[in-house]
Amino acid sequence: MDESLKPIFDGILEGQTSEVVSAVQNALQQGVDPAVILNDGMVAAMAEVGRLFEEGEYFVPEMLIAARAMQAGLSVLKPRLAQENVQAAGKVVAGTVKGDLHDIGKNLVCMMLEGAAFEIIDLGSDVPPEKFVEAVRESGANLVALSALLTTTMPNMQTTIEALKAAGLRDQVKVMVGGAPITETFARQIGADGYSPDASRAVALAKSLVAA
Amino acid sequence: MPQYQSLSISNLNDFIYGRSPRPVRLKNGMEIGGGVVYPELNFTLPDMIIDATTLPEVRRQYTQMIREACNRAVELRAPGLQVEFELLPDQTLVPEWGAEVVRILRDTLDETQSRHGLKTALRVTPNDIREFTRPPLMRRGEYVENMFRSFTLCAEAGADFLSIESTGGKEIHDDAILNGDLAGAVFALGILASRDMAYLWDNIVDISRQYGVIPAGDTACGFGNTAMVLAEGRFIPRVWAAVIRVMTVPRSLVAYERGAQGPSKDCAYEGVYLKAITGCPIAMEGAEAACAHLSPVGNISRAVADLWSNESVNNVKLLGGMAPTVSLEQLVYATRVMNTAASHGAEAARSLQSWWVESDSTYDPQAFILRPNVALDLAAEIISEPTPYLRTRRAAIAAAERLRKANAEGQLSLSNIELRWLDRITRQAEQLPGDEEAFIDQMIKSVDTNKVRLEEYGLAG
Repeated sequence: MDESLKPIFDGILEGQTSEVVSAVQNALQQGVDPAVILNDGMVAAMAEVGRLFEEGEYFVPEMLIAARAMQAGLSVLKPRLAQENVQAAGKVVAGTVKGDLHDIGKNLVCMMLEGAAFEIIDLGSDVPPEKFVEAVRESGANLVALSALLTTTMPNMQTTIEALKAAGLRDQVKVMVGGAPITETFARQIGADGYSPDASRAVALAKSLVAA
Repeated sequence: MPQYQSLSISNLNDFIYGRSPRPVRLKNGMEIGGGVVYPELNFTLPDMIIDATTLPEVRRQYTQMIREACNRAVELRAPGLQVEFELLPDQTLVPEWGAEVVRILRDTLDETQSRHGLKTALRVTPNDIREFTRPPLMRRGEYVENMFRSFTLCAEAGADFLSIESTGGKEIHDDAILNGDLAGAVFALGILASRDMAYLWDNIVDISRQYGVIPAGDTACGFGNTAMVLAEGRFIPRVWAAVIRVMTVPRSLVAYERGAQGPSKDCAYEGVYLKAITGCPIAMEGAEAACAHLSPVGNISRAVADLWSNESVNNVKLLGGMAPTVSLEQLVYATRVMNTAASHGAEAARSLQSWWVESDSTYDPQAFILRPNVALDLAAEIISEPTPYLRTRRAAIAAAERLRKANAEGQLSLSNIELRWLDRITRQAEQLPGDEEAFIDQMIKSVDTNKVRLEEYGLAG
């Protein structure tokens, strides 16, 4: 790893926001390519955070602190990324479907995707299909993440997918679904592109869907 | 109303399943907490939409679930049966839809009782729909009106008990859990939730009196069980979930201080503490609730239960039959063991209790804090404080300290990572001021007002 990236990597791992901001500024001043700072410094650090989480060394609170440090660094980097036309890993419209107020699972997925350099448009909970359609249309997102916890709201996932179809947007986006009552079979039945059984596996699924 | 300052149960030998100092008696003679543990069955709809067009199917589903469950309870000679109807959001948003289901359940329970002599009881739990406005309007607006109208219509339609899983304070508690933010969790539970509980339960108790039903109690499910489920997924440390569980006690106690009589709701694992403090009977759930969620407290949660529940199961076909009937059978067999042991005397019941306690309590801090002896000690500490805030603060300090001691004495085996978290929790707890106003002033500055309307809790926004 480039010496100038190490303080960024370590700062994110330890959740040290001000250190990450200064380290990003230093790296830019030294002429390091913004895309390299993003991918080899920040995204790599969040991948390490993800590994530590998988191994039980970190919990979500540590991940959130790391994600906040990354976001602080990213705010410094963003203007340069825009100048050089560096794209996010993907743009995700996420929400808990209509009638359902449970949003912790969806929030965890958003947090993890954000750490993997996805751009997130979080619509919150109890989101009607037309709001998903509007958000996809306005943002040009390439991924939609739908969550539901109730057996009586999971049909609204299908309604949302149908609304995307009716709006002529279905081919533009991949749809991933998750939540306690959701299964792989249900995901296939309603025409979703992917299903994640939990938040920690959602990142790999999102990456595979946008790469497909 | 009582302001609990001493324990209703102070002797460990008296802290046993099936018996409560203040049992609740129904008109049909069924007594909860009077010596017999009854099954409490909860069921819900399968994958389907609820709207005006699907109401015939909704009626058919509930009719099938209650009839089959009652038939099986009779066949298995259950000593009695309590059913819980937890309204789905749509059934509270349109209160008439929920009340209609209450009538379906009531009719079948009454018919079963008159034809077969099976004593029955019905708990009805409207949904806290206030969250449909974000940030929620806690005391005004259409959702509040419909929620209270739902309580009224369900009481009229034949509920014996009224309960709720209220969510006041959850607006900021969810973030506090995920951030490992003790002050945020204390603010949510000890200030916001406790104030909301007082408002809510004054109203529920009034409705209950008006219609001759029993105000049963609230559950901190959205707080304690959210943490438990996150800990099961390894998203948060188990010690953090355990401390949160103890911190929910002062919040749920407010319902009893405003007139609730029990039985506490099944998913309120804090019920163990509530029973010690109030003497009111409690419903609990454990291994037989794995159909709804996993937990590390499958056996220990039976230790002082007066009703034994399955939490919830949706009406799908299993090899043995429809899932609610299968659940009912599991509950009946589980309660048979409890009642059989009790019929052999207090010593036999305590032996059975001790096996459940031992079988779980060393494996997980969330199980450890449900040990009857631990609950008695911590409950006494909690009520030694005068206000919900100070009680919640004390709960955090005392629970963390007790877990650390248990680990040091080998009663619990915590990993180094969990121990680091315990230290972190204690450090945060020690920074909580002893003055409530100072704490509120401190917290108001950092609260995200996009998520919570402080004025709805009587706090200046």
